[in-house]
Amino acid sequence: MSDLLYSEIENDLRSGVREVLGDKAPWTDVLAGTEKDEPYDAALWDAVAARLGCAGLPVPEELGGAGATWRETAVVMEELGRAVAPVPFLTSSVLATAALLAAGERELLAELASGNRVAVLAVPFGTAPGAAAPTVRAEDGRLTGEVRSVADGAAADVLLVPAGGGLYAVDAADAARTPVTSLDMTRRLSDIAFAGAPAWPIAEGDGPVGAALTAGAAMLASEQLGLAEQCLATTVEYLKTRYQFGRPVGSYQGLKHRLADLWTSITQARAVARHAASCLAANDPDLPVAVAVAQAHCSAVAVRAAEECVQMHGGIGFTWEHPAHLYLKRAKSASIALGTPDRHRAALAAIVDLPPPDPA
Amino acid sequence: MTTAPPDADELRRRVGEFLAAHDPAATGRTEFLHARFDAGLAWVHYPEGLGGLGAPRALQREVDALFAEAGAPSNHPERNAIGLGMAAPTILAFGTAEQKERFLRPLWCGEEIWCQLFSEPGAGSDLAALGTRAVPDGDGWTVNGQKVWTSMAHEARWAILVTRTDPAVPKHRGMTYFVCDMTAPGVEVRPLRQITGEAEFNEVFLTDVRIPDEHRLGGVGDGWRVATTTLMNERVAIGGAAAPRESGMIGVVAGLWRDRPEVRSPGHHDTLMRLWVESEAARLTGERLRQQLTAGEPGPEGSAAKLAFAKLNQEISGLELELLGDDGLRYDDWTMRRPSEVDFTRRSPGYRYLRAKGNSIEGGTSEILRNIVAERVLGLPGEIRVDKDVPWKDLPK
Ligand SMILES: Cc1cc2nc3c(=O)[nH]c(=O)nc-3n(C[C@H](O)[C@H](O)[C@H](O)COP(=O)(O)OP(=O)(O)OC[C@H]3O[C@@H](n4cnc5c(N)ncnc54)[C@H](O)[C@@H]3O)c2cc1C
Repeated sequence: MSDLLYSEIENDLRSGVREVLGDKAPWTDVLAGTEKDEPYDAALWDAVAARLGCAGLPVPEELGGAGATWRETAVVMEELGRAVAPVPFLTSSVLATAALLAAGERELLAELASGNRVAVLAVPFGTAPGAAAPTVRAEDGRLTGEVRSVADGAAADVLLVPAGGGLYAVDAADAARTPVTSLDMTRRLSDIAFAGAPAWPIAEGDGPVGAALTAGAAMLASEQLGLAEQCLATTVEYLKTRYQFGRPVGSYQGLKHRLADLWTSITQARAVARHAASCLAANDPDLPVAVAVAQAHCSAVAVRAAEECVQMHGGIGFTWEHPAHLYLKRAKSASIALGTPDRHRAALAAIVDLPPPDPA
Repeated sequence: MTTAPPDADELRRRVGEFLAAHDPAATGRTEFLHARFDAGLAWVHYPEGLGGLGAPRALQREVDALFAEAGAPSNHPERNAIGLGMAAPTILAFGTAEQKERFLRPLWCGEEIWCQLFSEPGAGSDLAALGTRAVPDGDGWTVNGQKVWTSMAHEARWAILVTRTDPAVPKHRGMTYFVCDMTAPGVEVRPLRQITGEAEFNEVFLTDVRIPDEHRLGGVGDGWRVATTTLMNERVAIGGAAAPRESGMIGVVAGLWRDRPEVRSPGHHDTLMRLWVESEAARLTGERLRQQLTAGEPGPEGSAAKLAFAKLNQEISGLELELLGDDGLRYDDWTMRRPSEVDFTRRSPGYRYLRAKGNSIEGGTSEILRNIVAERVLGLPGEIRVDKDVPWKDLPK
């Protein structure tokens, strides 16, 4: 059975990341950032990825990384989720990094691990593990085609593109990237077009893309956990201080019982997210089940936490000037990202031999 | 001089030595269990001389496994859940030396079954409202009143009992806690038939029951504090072995789905997969709780586990009946019986569905647990209390 607790090192890492985020990413800054043209917070990224060294956590030291594991990476994801931080960590430090690790690539990997460059896997953000369907053609080392809804596409220096039965790298400057007005403005999408873009091959086959999507789905569960915890904490604090009918609204059972149930679901989210991270770190044979369970569960918990946060704040929770909407938009987008809960349950049904009925 | 408590290696050594001296195949059941208790290998976290060695609680799992492997006789903990889970820790915390000496050994060995005389017709969730009266009488007490929903009272030799000793003070202050002899004159146990047809629980009428003062647990008027200890232990998940995937109710339904393709439908598939995910999440949460206890950092997640367990058991058993269609319309047996333990898997799906309804009532209702989580874990404000400073005798009943 995997270790489902947090180690001392993981707790220290958490404090370090939380401190930087508290300093550089208060929600007011995150909110202001959603109306700027810059696709992400470059100063924050530099602090977390390069200076704290989080970008290369799962990368071995001899390849330029920190030589830690996906378990520590998951702790960083929790904190980034808690802050809805607008940085390309999931896309570059998880998905692209996992793809390059699986491909055995070294040069670009080291640059990602140092936090100096950002790479993004060019697939629609809703793609579930095992569902990547490349739409880009490769001919004589040049790529042609379109990919819609690529997360952090505008943040990328390099695009990792599934095409022609393999994986290619393209200099982002050689692609046409159209910013998309995204539901989650803290992790924006781009539509990307390649018109004979020069590309260099990274790997044959779809193994690295599958590995990337699996790692992404596993780590996203921890981001969703952090987000849910933050929504619950914010809501509890508010309900203690908001008075209506002469009592704190937090003394009404109609609200208390819903929050008790949410807390119960969050304790479960913590266990399943830890299990998924441990399985990914150890490349455990249980990984496919652990990831599907984590995504099916944590996606739903994060959305519920954010929705309750809005509802229990009343009118103020519905305003632009309150952080609740940042969390709601991130939570709902994240529940669709890398496969909806329903997709993950369908995948699970196949793995654990609980098939759907035969079509009549 | 104090010696350090034994570690895992030392316990393994002691179990080996014990088994060498007491061949399970050649030793009588009672004799074996007595000897195991006296060797401190019963509940290893209990103090020396009381069945334990003061070892970390987390090591119990391995000790039990070693005895099971050796084919040692069991003390059948499933038949004495209230004794082991609630009476024993309360006696340990509040009992006199004589009480511990008298009660713990036969309790652990399964020679004496215990029941819990707490709930009354007028006091369930609001246990502190109870009205069973204990009045001083010579060198002891005389007790009159009625208890209800008393599981396994028909099997029990002893009971833990909370009574009212001072009606003139607010309810939490005037209670006193006793150990009650279920064979004493004036104790009458009547079966209460439940929705499954049988009677696990009973009404217990106490009429002029004499209880010697030596059987009082804790001080006069201190009953609420003692009862709180009992209830806390009721909700601590006692770390057994890690549950494998698909254990419990979900395994039953998953097996049905695999074995009988004709029961499958798209809507039920969706429900099944949701419940499978929730069961796996609950299982991992239980495992995490065990790891927390082992690491010596117990969290409040135990209450979450009970809430989740009740909801899941009810939903899964409901799905099982629907999957079965016509077969779900049949029931195995409504005969009134008085069972000596509860077993979910041995009976029919209809029984499982009905019995699971008790999971959100027994041991504190799910509503009360949500209050506890909201107030003690999340720190939300308490309920408005209209009864706090009112003498018990003046409360509306
Ligand atoms: C199978 C089974 C075995 C049992 N075994 C034992 C036993 O061995 N010994 C023993 O002493 N007792 C036993 N009980 C009794 C059990 O502890 C009580 O039934 C339980 O505490 C609820 O009390 P009540 O039945 O009086 O319901 P009530 O307290 O009257 O509750 C009625 C409803 O009101 C709700 N409610 C009450 N107060 C609040 C509140 N403040 N906020 C929100 N909702 C509230 C409850 O959740 C419930 O839905 C057993 C019960 C069952 C079902």
